[in-house]
Amino acid sequence: MNSAAGSIQIEALHKTFAGADGHTVQALDDITLSIRQGQFVAIVGSSGCGKSTLLRLIAGLDLPSSGRLLFDGEPVTGPDRLRGMVFQDPNLFPWLTVRQNIAFGPRMRGRARETAAAVDALAALVGLGDFIHSWPHQLSGGMAQRAALARTLVNEPEVLLLDEPLGALDSFTRMAMQDEILRLWAELGPTAVMVTHDIDEAIYMSDRVVIMTPRPGRISQVIDIDLPRPRDRGGDAFLRLRARLLEVFHLAHRVPATPEYSL
Amino acid sequence: MKRPGLKVETLITLDTVASILLAWELVTRFKLVTDILLPSPGTVWTTFLQIRAEGYKDHSLLQHLAASLGRLGAAFALVVVTAIPLGLWSGCNSKVSAVLDPLVEFVRPLPPLAYYTLLVLWLGIENGSKIALLALAGFPPVFIACVAGVKRVKGDLLQCARTLGASQGQLFLHVVFPACLPDIFTGLRTALGVTYSTLVAAEMVAAITGIGWMVLDASKFLRSDVIFVGIILMGLTGILLDRALRLIEVKAVPWKEKNR
Repeated sequence: MNSAAGSIQIEALHKTFAGADGHTVQALDDITLSIRQGQFVAIVGSSGCGKSTLLRLIAGLDLPSSGRLLFDGEPVTGPDRLRGMVFQDPNLFPWLTVRQNIAFGPRMRGRARETAAAVDALAALVGLGDFIHSWPHQLSGGMAQRAALARTLVNEPEVLLLDEPLGALDSFTRMAMQDEILRLWAELGPTAVMVTHDIDEAIYMSDRVVIMTPRPGRISQVIDIDLPRPRDRGGDAFLRLRARLLEVFHLAHRVPATPEYSL
Repeated sequence: MKRPGLKVETLITLDTVASILLAWELVTRFKLVTDILLPSPGTVWTTFLQIRAEGYKDHSLLQHLAASLGRLGAAFALVVVTAIPLGLWSGCNSKVSAVLDPLVEFVRPLPPLAYYTLLVLWLGIENGSKIALLALAGFPPVFIACVAGVKRVKGDLLQCARTLGASQGQLFLHVVFPACLPDIFTGLRTALGVTYSTLVAAEMVAAITGIGWMVLDASKFLRSDVIFVGIILMGLTGILLDRALRLIEVKAVPWKEKNR
């Protein structure tokens, strides 16, 4: 697939929303982040820290209030198949079979026939070769998310945006899917940006972990994960990084260190 | 979903029909009411065979049925090609909805007979006014179902389609429309019921054909046996039409069965 491009440059980005009661809500405050082509970046933070908003901005589903957001050096002005997104809910089209779902993107571009073989190959690659004629409601949660992945990957995206794609899965399926996503990422080579609230998942999968804090959404720290893949979830280096990340989180969230009662 | 050969519920339904027929037969057999008020099942059956063989007032039974179904079909087609696109458009665009919604809200509760005379004056006494009447009755349910359908389309599904490269037009055609199909069919079935029940009213004025007209004509002569034949035929045709629409729905919305 396309490995020539897929870099993202975010400079002094702000995003405000109009709140329900009239005054504005500062969702993202002064975000500066540079993501190299082919990198796997995880964005972690508690809910309300703006991590999903940031992902939506990269996808082009929303536009920045100020600052710059460049994709391969060009400002992002709207959604593009080159920045594919997988949501927490697989969002498969219920009226299309698995195969038709995967072929949705190419069909929109009028390239259904040319990509027929690629669609079948991707279905097989994500392990859905035997289910291409099933309806979405017949799939399990993990299978549906595989189909959603294939549907995005068939578009040959330069950037793969993952918005808590495994958040709704049980932990066994979840770990299997983490390996699955890593395998596809390594094989197809897109830049990957994943939002998650699972610290282990972030360490296990990514090259860099971006930690965000809420109200307003800011980047508090970026930690490089220099562990070779495949990673050992129980290894010493892994656990040390985990402890460090947790520490950052406690600091970032200012959990009172002393109990609120005294003896 | 288990599918046994014959469900208990089906037997109960058949039993109910049989009981009603039996009660009907007994009431007439023992002359509990006069023939004019309630003809016996046998008389109705004989009348049916007679009408089928000789027709009713210059037209065969088939012609009467065809006349009614023709009007119904034309009106229904008119509803399909107007109410579906306008309803979907109105659901997508608040300005369009600002124009159309109040009009539909106004027409919807009106009894069709209230404006039928006007339609006859404007469109003539032929089929045009009858079809228009049926179409006006059938328009609101389909329109409203389409608007509701669009409102129910998940926003995530639309955004997902956008990230996959769908343009605005493609969003409408490939996401909004198929997502609304189940609602559209619900609207169509409601509309079928409404237009069908308006049919008799439509055939009251200056018709010489149609099942509805046959019943009304028979009423003038107190031919209760003919009235019964007409009513039973209308009832059965109504059920058949609804079944047909459901069959089309299963073909057009194959994903619906277990998903909703």
